Amino acid sequence: MMAAPWPRDEPLDERLLLVEPRRGAWHDGRIRDLPSWLTPGDLVVVNDAATLPASFCATDPHDLPLELRLAADLGHGKWRAVLFGKGDWHTRTEDRAPPPVLAPGDNLRISSELTATIEEVNPNAPRMLVVSFALEGAALWLALYRHGRPVQYSHLAGALRVWHTQTPFASRPWAVEMPSAGRPLAWGLVANLRARAIRVTAVTHAAGLSSTGDPAIDAALPFPERFDVPPGTVEAVARARARRGRVVAVGTTVVRALEGCAAMHDGELVAGEAITDLRVRPGFRPQIVDGVLSGLHEIGSSHRELLQAFAPEALLSRAFAHAEASGYLGHEFGDMCLVL
Amino acid sequence: MEIRAIGALVTGASRGLGAALAHQLAAQGARVALVARGADELARRVEDIRKDGGDAHAIAADVGDKNAAHAIAATAAAVVGPISLLVNNASSLGHVPLRMLLDTDCEALEAALEVNVVGPLRLTKLVVPSMVLRGEGLVVNVTSDAAVEAYPGWGAYGSTKAALEQMGRVLGAELEGTGVRVITVDPGEMNTRMHADAMPDADPSSLLSPDVVAGRILRLVRDAGALHNGARTLASAWTGAP
Repeated sequence: MMAAPWPRDEPLDERLLLVEPRRGAWHDGRIRDLPSWLTPGDLVVVNDAATLPASFCATDPHDLPLELRLAADLGHGKWRAVLFGKGDWHTRTEDRAPPPVLAPGDNLRISSELTATIEEVNPNAPRMLVVSFALEGAALWLALYRHGRPVQYSHLAGALRVWHTQTPFASRPWAVEMPSAGRPLAWGLVANLRARAIRVTAVTHAAGLSSTGDPAIDAALPFPERFDVPPGTVEAVARARARRGRVVAVGTTVVRALEGCAAMHDGELVAGEAITDLRVRPGFRPQIVDGVLSGLHEIGSSHRELLQAFAPEALLSRAFAHAEASGYLGHEFGDMCLVL
Repeated sequence: MEIRAIGALVTGASRGLGAALAHQLAAQGARVALVARGADELARRVEDIRKDGGDAHAIAADVGDKNAAHAIAATAAAVVGPISLLVNNASSLGHVPLRMLLDTDCEALEAALEVNVVGPLRLTKLVVPSMVLRGEGLVVNVTSDAAVEAYPGWGAYGSTKAALEQMGRVLGAELEGTGVRVITVDPGEMNTRMHADAMPDADPSSLLSPDVVAGRILRLVRDAGALHNGARTLASAWTGAP
């Protein structure tokens, strides 16, 4: 599928492929059709994580340039991070120069005010680090926003700014890549959903990096990720189920948060923050989520594996082949599918 | 709205009404993110609040700067949690001393619009979504009677405040039924540096203290449900017992 090279101006016009596993069928539409494809009483759950500009140009102790990508806030001032050699997103991730091998205690200088100190180096994958910053609290967040650029990949036509990588729901800056399925859901569309008695609620899920440039690491993605299920969302799910409404997760991260939470509590949702290492794969039996709104992910990706828990691969591949032939676009600014 | 334990974001918080609001919100148990351009003065305000046991965080940034909006909103949400109260208080007068509209540089009006109208909309867009998803929240936009009266010399500032007021009315209508409320409040004439900049000959003893006005606005925050969504109100109407 061709990658969408840039965010489009009218998200409601973006294409939406309805894939119906029960009927073994698919149907073309637009994002603006979503309210009519859902039923009063259904619940739509979005990820309200804002996307931190998590890519930093830095220099190593020998003053050589490299790129540091933050992958996750581990708490206590520590971050999981991935190092790339000289260069930037213009080069395909898998073609990037390898980073230098560094050691705990080495400093990565980002600017006069911001330096990352290496705390740990993964012995099996030296580009995988744990780093810390001397700044903390608001001063650290402001410095990260001042010096960071959005993480992005070579299929895009230009350099993204921070506002390109936020969904309309963005709140706490937990994600390092945009939870992109929420991107086309403009507030006008949310108002239409609410007018049809379809509630919209949120979880916060710390969407991580989708690629590190190292095939061995990428095969293990996604890393464990932090999520927060607020009490209002637990209540909204319970209410939807009591009315036989369906729970539609907007994006793979919402599936991971809701199902990860349920997996920790015997299939029930419990409000609060936790970390999940759940991988949703074919054969996984979802406890909470009935359907997924998502991009049209490529075969072999963890996102596609997740979709296979909601529809058989035979149906997905036929539906997506139709989409590709019809000019649907892929990747984070691309078109969408609703598997329900 | 119950103030205890909420996350609050107050702009223009290094001086005057914004500083007083931030201090009193923190004293009542809110976690407060304070925004202002002047880093040193802001840091002192935050220190003052922390000395009194309050939970306060300094965000040194310009609300009129497009490039700062995401940093402000995300930093605030990161350090105080989801924001339940947004106070758009920061304002620019345009020219100081004030000028007749015929003498006003249009660039000065544009700069005032950035701070007084566009900046508040940027923050609103970044903060209100989470309020709507949680089904509760309050936006307080601070206005002036210069938005409705024709005071010579106040044309640039008054026009921007009139725009802010209309934005509040429409936003209130759009948010009807969501649990999120928008209120525009006219604080009245206060003894602040902004007032001294605009009217250097005014007798300070004839002006209200920002602490007193902040107390009234806190009462308004607690009882905002009594007003219709998008309402404009006078701080002087909220003088009842705390």
